[in-house]
Amino acid sequence: MRPSNVIPFPARGNGAAGGEGDAQEIVRRCEALYADLALQSVRDWKAAHPGRPAVGLLPIYAPRELVHAAGALPVCLLGGGDQIDIVKGDACFQSYICHLPRSTVELGLGGHLEALDGFVFPSTCDVIRNLSGIWQLLFPGKYVRYLDLPQAIDDRTGGTFYRRDLEALGAELGRLAGRGAPSPEALAASIRLFDENRRELAALGALRAEAPWLVPFDEAYLVLRAGALLDVEAHTALVRTYREAAFRRKRKREDRIRVVVVGAFCEQPPLGLLRTLERSGCYAVDDDLFQGARWIEGEVGTDLEPYAALARAYLHRSGVASTRYQPDFARGEALVRRVRALRADGVIFAAPSFCDPALLDQPPLQKALSEASIPFITFKYAENGGQFQTVREQAGTFSDSIKLWGEA
Amino acid sequence: MERQKAMLAGYFGELARARETGLKVVYTFVPGNLTELIRAAGALGVYPEVNALQSAMRQRSDGFVREAERLGHNEDVCSYVKCDIGMLAAGNIGPTGEKLPPPDLLLLSYTGCFTFMKWFELLQKEYGCEVAMLHVPYQADGRPTEEMRRYVAAQLEGEVIPKLEKVTGRKLDLDELASLLARSARAEDDLSWVLDSAKATPSPIDAYFGGVYYVGPIFTAFRGTEACEAYYRELREEVEARLARREGPVMPNGVLAEERFRLVIEGPPNWTHFRDFWRVFYDEGAVVVASTYTKVGGLYDDGFRHGRERDPLLSLADYCLGCYTNRSLPARSDLLASYVRDFHADGFVINSLKSCNSFSVGQLVMMREVEKKTGVPGGFIETDLVDPRYYSQANIKNRIESYLQMISQRKAGGVSSGA
Ligand code: SF4
Ligand code: SF4
Repeated sequence: MRPSNVIPFPARGNGAAGGEGDAQEIVRRCEALYADLALQSVRDWKAAHPGRPAVGLLPIYAPRELVHAAGALPVCLLGGGDQIDIVKGDACFQSYICHLPRSTVELGLGGHLEALDGFVFPSTCDVIRNLSGIWQLLFPGKYVRYLDLPQAIDDRTGGTFYRRDLEALGAELGRLAGRGAPSPEALAASIRLFDENRRELAALGALRAEAPWLVPFDEAYLVLRAGALLDVEAHTALVRTYREAAFRRKRKREDRIRVVVVGAFCEQPPLGLLRTLERSGCYAVDDDLFQGARWIEGEVGTDLEPYAALARAYLHRSGVASTRYQPDFARGEALVRRVRALRADGVIFAAPSFCDPALLDQPPLQKALSEASIPFITFKYAENGGQFQTVREQAGTFSDSIKLWGEA
Repeated sequence: MERQKAMLAGYFGELARARETGLKVVYTFVPGNLTELIRAAGALGVYPEVNALQSAMRQRSDGFVREAERLGHNEDVCSYVKCDIGMLAAGNIGPTGEKLPPPDLLLLSYTGCFTFMKWFELLQKEYGCEVAMLHVPYQADGRPTEEMRRYVAAQLEGEVIPKLEKVTGRKLDLDELASLLARSARAEDDLSWVLDSAKATPSPIDAYFGGVYYVGPIFTAFRGTEACEAYYRELREEVEARLARREGPVMPNGVLAEERFRLVIEGPPNWTHFRDFWRVFYDEGAVVVASTYTKVGGLYDDGFRHGRERDPLLSLADYCLGCYTNRSLPARSDLLASYVRDFHADGFVINSLKSCNSFSVGQLVMMREVEKKTGVPGGFIETDLVDPRYYSQANIKNRIESYLQMISQRKAGGVSSGA
């Protein structure tokens, strides 16, 4: 199926037959977008919006509102998954570096990202940071912007620095789009659209947490991930339609344990892994996949001048993230609270190999879980990994032991 | 060398007595370290990276890394962190056998490496002490902007200094800070002269294996002290004398008789097999004439000196911003290429570390870039910092020998370096 980023998503379908067919139809569209590594949907968007650029955003978080307000399509780049062979990318990275930068370089050198007019590299980790330099060297002439998200969580220091940087970024993006910097009104309008998107995603998250048999893990992810390529309004409509369809599904709850999946915030696990987890007797009631789309908790809001609102959102409304400094913040306790609020039976730590932020977080998180008697299991993956046998066995045993004994 | 040993012994002794004497201790990182500020506030810095490398040189890091892995730390992550966590679990006995005091403040100078943040989060959990975060923006476009400088200075004023004053219970002494900065600048002049001396043929120094000793005092707790200033004055005099005698560097087995190859090296050395590693080069008559690792705790090539900028906080900001790994990959490639040209190198070698994403990510692309800029082929080896499982002497020897053979053929063929 040709992925579409232009045609608005069809309205809800036949309620009488239950939402199964509609949900499946939406998931098929999302799968097509998931497979759209050559960014055909972005080309379509550009054809429908002549003269307007598309800007690629590397993981994890960058304010898409600003890109949108500048008149560009924000496109979240999430690696190549298990869908491309890596040759050129491997020639750029040693074996002990995670997989995401390899597939990103492979996509770039293979011409898959040509629809993009610029790239924003947020300050996620040393890998993404250095990837910004690699990009400058490999693609001279392309707009490459490093976005130094402040680690000083203070309005006077981090807030001032970030706000000025956002204004500079806005002006640059405006130039890229052949316009001026986005006006406060345009930025406020974009913020409203993305806040609406956040509300829809939160509603879907709530349904999933309540009735995960209606919103399987892979579907929840595909629907979320569609937002990486779709225009925000189209994505919001898609999420809403899917949620309504999923809600009407006539599916029965199965005897599975409820788990929270932690650590997959940047390099994304292959879809097969998500499916394996659920088939092994787990309902994933929450996760941190494609965390950038759910980075801000609640809303950015339009009660402040819009640049100030974006800065406030980053400083004070960001969720828990391994890559962000949160002074006096107890990540372990926060995870325990999250598990309890979701009535989850356990936690699955699934982190990309060689990912320092995810892996260095694990021991303290695990300690906090142990102290709270919350069972967990741990494994690593690469986005292109294809063997899930071990995961199946591990997750299956985990699920069985919780069902049998109430703990792993 | 003797002076440096005495300085270190005195330093670790002072730390061991810190609890009795009431001396406050600030743990911090080498890149972008604020040693002068810490001292002017009346405290003493401890550098976990240095403890890790010293433990490795004394063959103790293996056990520490394994202990950290036993405690749940992953094999994939930075071995400096694991070595430190393992050392802490084993009683925090420092490299000289004396117990290190716990920190009163963790000064998270976030310069050039994201893992620093995770590292100190882990330590904060262990010690439950104050943390001060100093976010130093990355120079993605190769140079610091005025906004960046002001952001760093504002954090020094609003976050770092108040926390230092809180733990030491006294006001920062600005006059003391000014004189420490002035002494730093004089030592920096001498160090720069020493590192520059390698432009001569034969080079009187080895700027990597020898260089790591040279930068020891200035990258750590001593910068700004009289002892540090004296150390660099003496070092300079010694190197001046060697230069006048046209003598080569002092290597593991004495003075190098013949300089056969002049190399530039990118990346930190391996510490667990430091002397074996050095010997691979020494045996082939290869002298390292410039290295980037000796710039991680301060890059003075472009004229930066502490205190030259009159506002001391802006001066410290300039220092933090300018550290080597805080520079973009294109800027790092330019620097390497300039070393190859200016130091008349026959080749350049990248020592890529499994542990260190900050250094390693992009080095293969940098290598091609430097080759393009200089016309000189690069060599690539892989080791680790303090995890001995990732060091293979046979492999390194083999690779370096083949690389130097290739360089030798180029030299014989009259291929000139520099493009
Ligand atoms: S997977 Fe981890 S290490 Fe790799 S780019 Fe993402 S955050 Fe960085
Ligand atoms: S990743 Fe590199 S720079 Fe960072 S702490 Fe580890 S060795 Fe040091």
